[in-house]
Amino acid sequence: MIIMNMFWKRFKKNKLAVGGAIFVFLLVIVAIAAPLFAPQDPNAIDVDSILQLPSVIHPLGTDDLGRDVLSRMIWGARISLAVGFVAVGIATLIGVILGAIAGYYRGLIESLIMRLVDIMLTIPSFFLILTVIAFVGPGIWNIMVVIGVTSWMGVARLVRAEFLSLNEREFILAAKSVGASNTRIILRHILPNALSPVYVYFILGIAGAILLESALSFLGLGVQPPAPSWGNILASGRENMEIAWWLVVFPGMAILVTCLSYYLLGEGIREALDPRLKT
Amino acid sequence: MLKYLSKKAFELIPTFFGITLISFFLIHLTPGKPTDVMSELNPKMTPEARLRLEKYYGLDKPIIVQYAKWLSRLITCDFGESFSQDKRLVWDKIKERLPITIFINFVALILIFLIAIPIGIRCAIRPNSLYDNITTVSVFIGLATPTFWLALILQLIFGVYLGWLPISGIKSLGYEGMSLLGKMWDFTSHLILPIFISIFGGLAGLSRYMRSNMIEVLNQEYIMTARAKGLSEKAIIYKHALRNALLPVITILGLSIPGLIGGSVIFETIFAIPGMGQLSYMAVMTRDYPLIMALLVIDAFLVLIGNLLADIGYALADPRIRVK
Repeated sequence: MIIMNMFWKRFKKNKLAVGGAIFVFLLVIVAIAAPLFAPQDPNAIDVDSILQLPSVIHPLGTDDLGRDVLSRMIWGARISLAVGFVAVGIATLIGVILGAIAGYYRGLIESLIMRLVDIMLTIPSFFLILTVIAFVGPGIWNIMVVIGVTSWMGVARLVRAEFLSLNEREFILAAKSVGASNTRIILRHILPNALSPVYVYFILGIAGAILLESALSFLGLGVQPPAPSWGNILASGRENMEIAWWLVVFPGMAILVTCLSYYLLGEGIREALDPRLKT
Repeated sequence: MLKYLSKKAFELIPTFFGITLISFFLIHLTPGKPTDVMSELNPKMTPEARLRLEKYYGLDKPIIVQYAKWLSRLITCDFGESFSQDKRLVWDKIKERLPITIFINFVALILIFLIAIPIGIRCAIRPNSLYDNITTVSVFIGLATPTFWLALILQLIFGVYLGWLPISGIKSLGYEGMSLLGKMWDFTSHLILPIFISIFGGLAGLSRYMRSNMIEVLNQEYIMTARAKGLSEKAIIYKHALRNALLPVITILGLSIPGLIGGSVIFETIFAIPGMGQLSYMAVMTRDYPLIMALLVIDAFLVLIGNLLADIGYALADPRIRVK
């Protein structure tokens, strides 16, 4: 509890991080309750109001099918955030499992896992993701899985390093000497102590995954229309970019501000967990 | 030194084969065959014709056999011929596109280092000063900006509204008739936006990294010693601290190459630059196995060369590594 209090005290001092946290919180609420917030049906086509400038009825304008951009972006928040959250969840799960195995059991299995990490870090992952998605088809689940499977290496390294240092500590030796099983030591004694850098990674990773999904959507390999994601609203707006700037500017700003909030929040947590970084 | 480097170079070989193995299996085992694309486009394609086609490309054999065959050809630098309609040799296709991509990324990489390192140092000297805080926020804005979006916005501002810069390609229509100076400006003006975009992402990360390294080094005891014996702040920072703070940055050189290659796919598609990135995108969309594999191999090769250069740089900068 004392540790939590100290964490809060330090975190609250960082105004930017608090701002990021509030924004992320509000956005998650908007995304979950999208049907309540969206003024109109995001897929309602209206041929009478195509490519209209932002106005009172359509605060962020309309697209080339007359759909309300604000409503599409609110529903898009749902998809973009979900992709970020699930993709990073998958990456974190893989990374924690492999990192824990490598750091606890050492030996041959560790060299194999860490070799795999090195190789995966060397492969230009964006091109690989692009290739795999082009083959399996660009559905929302495919994107989450492919992003997850190609971005677990950082977590694996972090968790392994934590395990290596925790393994030497006396309380682990004590647990071993009373005959606790390996699984119990890993899950109950080491893992809870090894997770704090993983939280930071998780938050920062969500921003990365949102950016990645938007880049894939932009290349036509992301979430497929008519389902709205910020990336594909932007991609379809590109065709009319010269006459309808709002189709490009608003979704881009949404991605920027959201990712910025995640980064500030993640950095805030990192600094609050480890005050030595601040100086 | 030589021994250290040859050991490092030798270590790259298994990594290289690991990359080809993982890429090959991942690509060939994902559902969706190149023959699907060909048959979708051709309504007259019968199942028999399709099997013949698969046989022709060797796709009917077990994947291990396919990999062994591919690998044995790779040793002689033979990437095979493209699956696309023109049936050109994969290497010929890549050869003509390699220079422009390498040129842009090379310029970008140098600029990233030249700009980010001084920024990082300046932030580290006075942490939490106004300059540092502004930079920190800019860095996060930089990291959070989707580069393809920024590219579109810049195209819109400089290309469409202001009309200052061309928005696509690398040459204007009347290029051949221009004077030498005109040609040079034409080429440069086409590359300003693409290079700016490819610098953008790297700049933020590297300056942040440089800042934290420098702060760490400045807190070391030998810096305190240097201060205690009355050295000028300039000498402390540029002679004693900088060299040590730069060491980890060298590693970033190797690690930043995959990101640059990924970035190339995006900005070359947006700015219609006939380079490797654009070719990668086309290869992926047409499921051109030989071309995709060749591109992955070349990308991996560039990344490994980057890592090796980083190791050389590390050894040059840090005598402790040479001796070990």
